[in-house]
Amino acid sequence: MSDKAPILALRGVNKSFGPIDVLHDINIEVRAGEVLCLLGDNGAGKSTLIKLMSGVHQPTSGKIEMDGAVVALPTPRAASEKGIATVHQFGGTFPLMSIGRSFFVGVEPTKGWGPFKVYDRKTANEIAVKAVQDFGITRIDDGDRLVGGLSGGERQSLAIARAVHFGARVLILDEPTAALGVKQAAHVLRIVNEAKRRGLAVIFITHQVMHAMAVGDHFAVLIRGAIAADFKKGERTREEITDLMAGGETMAGLEASIEGYMADHAGHPPPAV
Amino acid sequence: MSDKQETSGSKGRGALSLQSIFRRPDAGAAAGFFVILVFFGYFGAENNFLTALGTSTWLNFASKVGIVAIPVGFLMIAGEMDISIGALIPAGGIVLAMAVNQFGMNFWLACALSLGIAGAIGAINGFLVTRSKVPSLIVTLATLFVVAGLNSYVSKQLAGTTQHSLQDVGPVSEFVLGDYHTLAFGAEGAQIVLFQSLQSSFFIWIAFAVVCFFILHMSPWGNWIIAMGGDQQSARNAGIPTGPLKIVLFVLSAMAAALVGISEAVLANTASTTTQFGMIFNSIICVVVGGVLLTGGFGTVTGIVFGTLTFGIVFQGINFTTFDKDLNLLFIGALLLIAVLMNETFRRMATNWSATKKS
Repeated sequence: MSDKAPILALRGVNKSFGPIDVLHDINIEVRAGEVLCLLGDNGAGKSTLIKLMSGVHQPTSGKIEMDGAVVALPTPRAASEKGIATVHQFGGTFPLMSIGRSFFVGVEPTKGWGPFKVYDRKTANEIAVKAVQDFGITRIDDGDRLVGGLSGGERQSLAIARAVHFGARVLILDEPTAALGVKQAAHVLRIVNEAKRRGLAVIFITHQVMHAMAVGDHFAVLIRGAIAADFKKGERTREEITDLMAGGETMAGLEASIEGYMADHAGHPPPAV
Repeated sequence: MSDKQETSGSKGRGALSLQSIFRRPDAGAAAGFFVILVFFGYFGAENNFLTALGTSTWLNFASKVGIVAIPVGFLMIAGEMDISIGALIPAGGIVLAMAVNQFGMNFWLACALSLGIAGAIGAINGFLVTRSKVPSLIVTLATLFVVAGLNSYVSKQLAGTTQHSLQDVGPVSEFVLGDYHTLAFGAEGAQIVLFQSLQSSFFIWIAFAVVCFFILHMSPWGNWIIAMGGDQQSARNAGIPTGPLKIVLFVLSAMAAALVGISEAVLANTASTTTQFGMIFNSIICVVVGGVLLTGGFGTVTGIVFGTLTFGIVFQGINFTTFDKDLNLLFIGALLLIAVLMNETFRRMATNWSATKKS
């Protein structure tokens, strides 16, 4: 797997906003059928890194390569045309739009000609429902339902199915499980595995180590804008990773005990003492 | 056993109809319209509310608000607001009048000039909103006063007055832009009157509504407008040119306002610089009563049209009843409150749908 050329690679990328350096010398790469987990606490520079890869910001210096060739990603549209799709925490969907309409936002299927091109609701609904069901979300069977009526996990799944349908090769998932319950998160992780199985390169951004370890092949820990550690699956334990992210021994112990408690008690945190 | 089947059956039907109402909230606006129509029809029947002439009274009023309300509704769906229309309506009229009177310009050319200037002001609105990220309420509040000031100043400098007369613009332009129309069949005495004394603006409104319906609900652009109001960041990420689209919407609302001003000027043969503050509130009320969410991301053209009709009846209908005229504004306030509460309920129920539907 690792002998293939990376689909997306960042080489020595720096980013600063005016005098403030946000990212220094970032080197990461992700291959087809591989999940790269970007771990980091709040403020570590994860969001900026995502924005560099999705065309929202430009690197101050350094190169972004796709399939070994240097590319420029001046706009989000340019990034998505090159096959880089970003799915944000809340699914990047529109609560009061129907599933069919939100699936095709910006690329609506039309029928008719010239100025009388009409949005083709039937086709849109059919394609959207099929794409989501192919990912195993069989509860979605009606393209006219409003997105706001879906659960958080279903929305994430819809957004991922959308990205895959429109030919994404690199899937950037920005904290997809952060706002979800245990069950819903497991749901999304299954979808991530399905995307990986289909040969997509997935960049999975999270601060939940458990979720990262469930799907990740490769891990990079981001601390104050620099890659502090870079390792493959099985090279580090969960405690070591948590420790790296938080930068303190006690945090790791505390988080592990809380997560252990939550797993045993259907997602409820321990009661305050 | 049979009991059980019956309850589950009715539950299924109930859920289905409830769901279909969620999808068609403009049905709520339409239902509200018919309730109000029956109400005033009953209390105003003795004073000719239901006759063709009586109907024209509120349709004429509604049409002018309606022309502005649709693009204002578009902006609200896209998550923005435009209150500069209050000054752009008189601007549309006086630019036309001054171009014809002071510069001897051809009438149609003057109309185009008037619409063009309004469009430019709309573009400035849109540009300021998209560039500065200042809420559009404040930006257009500022342009409202800037344009209102310019209206009086330029008017006095160029023409020496704030009241312009606009006479003899020709039969065709009057027919199209500002005249009273009557259509009746049959002989004198036994006539079937289809409509009577209906202003040109009514027909402009309906035609405009049809075009806007196509744009919002049938063309892909409508999807972009709704998406932009639903979640601007995601819309931009999906490749929708949110900035330019917003500017176009501001241009549209400004030009619609100028069109109302032109139509009023042609109809009344006079144009005044008086800022129409009332129209700002009226258009917003129509949009909200029509089921558009103040937070953006949802709305329909049919809803806005029904909202405008309802507003027109409530505003004018009281003159046909025996109620005290002073209750007029109270009615409108109550109407607005009910509409806002209903919209909010709709939004909550629509987004919590999965919680109520356990499969």
